[in-house]
Amino acid sequence: MMKSATKSDMIRVTCKINGKEYSGLAEPRTLFVHFIRDELNLTGTHIGCDTGHCGACTIFMNGKSVKSCMVLAIQAQGADITTVEGLADGDKLHPIQEAFWENHGLQCGYCTPGMLISGLFLLQRNPDPTEDEIRRGIEGNLCRCTGYVNIVKSIKAAAKKMQSEGGKSARSM
Amino acid sequence: MATVMELVKESEVQWVGQPLKRKEDPRLITGLGKFVDDVKLPGLAFASILRSPYASAKIKRVDVSRAEKAPGVICTLTGSDVSKLTDPFLQISSAPANKVKDYCLAVDKVHFVGEPVAAVVAETRAEAEDAMELIEVDYEPEEHVLDARKALEKDAPLVHEQVGSNLVFHGKWDYGDIEDAIRKADRVVNAKLHFHRFSSTPIENNGVVVNYDRATGFLNIYCNNQMPMFCIPWLSFGLKFPSNKIRMITGDIGGGFGTKIISYPYIALICLLSMKAKRPVKWTEDRREHMFANHGNERSFDVEVPVKKDGTILGFKVSAFDDCGAYTRYEPAGATIWAQVSPGVYHFPNLKVDFFQVMTNKAPVGPNRGYSRMQHLWMIERTVDIIAKELGLDPADVRLKNYVRSDEMPYVTPSGGIYDGGDYSESLRKAMKLIDYDGLREEQARARKSGKLIGIGIATAVDSGTNNFGQVKIITDDNPFSGNSEAARVSIDGLGQFQVGLGTVPQGQGHETFAAQIVADEFGINPDQITVLSGFDSAINPYSHQSGSYASRSAVMGTGALLGATKKLKEKVAMIAAHLMKTLPENISFSEGNVVDKQTGKKMPIWQIANVAWVNNVLLPEGMEPGLVALNFWRPNFTLPDEKWRLNQTLTYSYQTHIAAIELDPESGKFKILRYVIVDDCGTQINPMIVEGQVHGAAAHGIGAAMFEEFNYDENGQLNSNTFIDYLVPSAVEIPHLITGHLEIPSLFAPKGIRGVGEGGGTPLGAISNAVEDALAPFGLQITDSHQNPQHIHKLIREKISKLNQVR
Ligand code: FES
Ligand code: FES
Repeated sequence: MMKSATKSDMIRVTCKINGKEYSGLAEPRTLFVHFIRDELNLTGTHIGCDTGHCGACTIFMNGKSVKSCMVLAIQAQGADITTVEGLADGDKLHPIQEAFWENHGLQCGYCTPGMLISGLFLLQRNPDPTEDEIRRGIEGNLCRCTGYVNIVKSIKAAAKKMQSEGGKSARSM
Repeated sequence: MATVMELVKESEVQWVGQPLKRKEDPRLITGLGKFVDDVKLPGLAFASILRSPYASAKIKRVDVSRAEKAPGVICTLTGSDVSKLTDPFLQISSAPANKVKDYCLAVDKVHFVGEPVAAVVAETRAEAEDAMELIEVDYEPEEHVLDARKALEKDAPLVHEQVGSNLVFHGKWDYGDIEDAIRKADRVVNAKLHFHRFSSTPIENNGVVVNYDRATGFLNIYCNNQMPMFCIPWLSFGLKFPSNKIRMITGDIGGGFGTKIISYPYIALICLLSMKAKRPVKWTEDRREHMFANHGNERSFDVEVPVKKDGTILGFKVSAFDDCGAYTRYEPAGATIWAQVSPGVYHFPNLKVDFFQVMTNKAPVGPNRGYSRMQHLWMIERTVDIIAKELGLDPADVRLKNYVRSDEMPYVTPSGGIYDGGDYSESLRKAMKLIDYDGLREEQARARKSGKLIGIGIATAVDSGTNNFGQVKIITDDNPFSGNSEAARVSIDGLGQFQVGLGTVPQGQGHETFAAQIVADEFGINPDQITVLSGFDSAINPYSHQSGSYASRSAVMGTGALLGATKKLKEKVAMIAAHLMKTLPENISFSEGNVVDKQTGKKMPIWQIANVAWVNNVLLPEGMEPGLVALNFWRPNFTLPDEKWRLNQTLTYSYQTHIAAIELDPESGKFKILRYVIVDDCGTQINPMIVEGQVHGAAAHGIGAAMFEEFNYDENGQLNSNTFIDYLVPSAVEIPHLITGHLEIPSLFAPKGIRGVGEGGGTPLGAISNAVEDALAPFGLQITDSHQNPQHIHKLIREKISKLNQVR
């Protein structure tokens, strides 16, 4: 059984999220996904399981896609994070967001934040993936609504958009 | 007064039928969606639920004293508290099954692993979970029963002793003369089949936030229940709380597929906790909790089918044993829904179904991309292939021979269902063409010669939608509900801006978009000019007590209600316009945001009429009520069952044909899908992009269930598959590319010819089990389970080989 933390056990965690410095208190056992959702109020990142299998919580951490339910808040000390809230450039949607919208790559939208991040991470490493590579690239993200067909299509469309923009939007996350 | 029919719409664009980008997407792709777990209220406290580790046990003692002293704890609640504070939930069953006592926490006995036993509220979720571990419960394990047929045996342990039996419902549907058909048949095909337990497991789990407002006496309930207004009687009678102070609010919902209609026990529990804690309380189910408590119905069948040599099916004689787990909840109203589609897509006059629904010590059930039909349709589709095999015919030919023909539409089924149009043969032919059926058969023959196992499986299922609750009268006459209804409100405010409210409760089906398309066409405006309220709030949205999104009803019911509302609103606008333009209302038409006098061509913008209706109202026709708000309640024309239980249980009957081609590895029993084709017909498509998405999603669920997903219990009633580690939800790697084709034959009965779409009838379960059996044809093996477990297939192959070796 875990002992409940008293206020003095709380640790201040500071990290950069979507280009802005955030700081908040976390217990040593607090998962990063809970920290960003509950403490920092960034509720775009979702939770769908407790075993690291669904991918709804996927974020960028220091440039890599990471399941934020598999990271402790204290491990994110000083990290550079991008969540779904940080994909658009002000009012301008990221091409991958546009592509999901145009290709009906989402239904309920619950898996979408994680899908967008995993899709983008794939495109950063492989700007012109085959269908098979896309499917493998999002293997860690479960969707119950779409049957993946339109997600795959959206990521393909995003690859095209990003290429025609000359990789501008492939800025590191 | 002008009627809608006479008001000619002159808009250039027809929005219905366009693959319009969804209105709800911008918030969902930017992380701004509002799901129930995102709800935050000042002073919010958190609940955690302690669950039973036993399948069946007496509760001897529950001690919360240590938990209550734990850091951050605000209060606890036990079954004994609940039995004093509440009444057991309403039961739909007839006697004696209606003696089941269902409370939001187990009172003196637990009936399945995972049943809620006690709850804690604390300042944080972590503190609530810590404190939960300090609750001491003494159990006295009792005998349990896990199999529906065994549960009917004389000495079976009773799930609920006071009921005196485990039987929930026994009914006989008997049409034509099946015994005569059996006597006259060339052959009688027999099968014993089993449909397994699984669920759609939406990625978002259940969640409830309740703020009991002591100042107003309101229970403000934020939840992700799919039919919140239907829960009201359960909550109001259970909690002994006035229904006019229960406010139900949903936001974005992360998928439902039916699993989120039966969360009322949790809602009731969190209501009690909020009242006791005098704080807003949030409970968010975790994945394991979800897996423990939310399953689809399991069912086994004994099937006898008289056939003629040429493949003509003369009838079906079926005994069905449905396992609803430990509580009935909305059963047996759910389980009896199979009779919507009693003959599937086939034309046979003789049908006898002896249907038993039984309780066992497993998780309670609910709809799972449809209630009850998927099981029945799988049984039919599986049997049709067994028939083809026994007669040495191609399963496609047997289907074409027996399908209800398009010239028989509307077709009345033996149990009174009225199929509302379509062409099943054309749907199969189209699917065969898309997958190159003949080519595949040749490929299969060549492959067999080289020892490779290729299988082709077809299934056609009815994806019925827009239910008639009239079936509950079959269970007992006293059940006070029947038919179906939905509400819509369309308004134009004083500045000429459109707003639409609906009673539906979307979970990703794009209701904001489709509603805007419907209304845009009626007024000749652009859907962008229409705001559709997102989510549902009983204090804001219009509703009926059957409101919600379930049973593939929203497009049809929503459209019906919207068209009624727009008709009323257009009539009023036309009357004001005619008065201002000095013409007759019947001369008024709507185009591009204007009203137009058809005779003179004179125009007036709608905002000007809205201004008169609300603000400049001295100019209104004498005696006319100000405002431009139209509220409409729509109900389809449904009837009650007759004395033989004949009943049209639903308004629309979409259908889908699926064909799967697989390759099976005899060494491991594993198989992969080579090609997968779907042809669907949901009549007029409001938004083809959304329809296609629904078709994909339903197919993926069925493929997942057929190949990977199964809730399996060990002999102690422990659920083995209770996380996404052991309950395998397929990823993009496992789900193949889905090739789709459509027919668009309008419904003969529904508004605009729209049919409900979304549940898919579980068609992949049939297609895949048929493909597996076809692949195994060289071994002559029969597939009797809806779940194709590679280990099981491998075992069948090995047994067969060793048998063959013995013979040699
Ligand atoms: S919440 Fe499921 S992987 Fe993180
Ligand atoms: S869109 Fe609903 S889970 Fe993916």
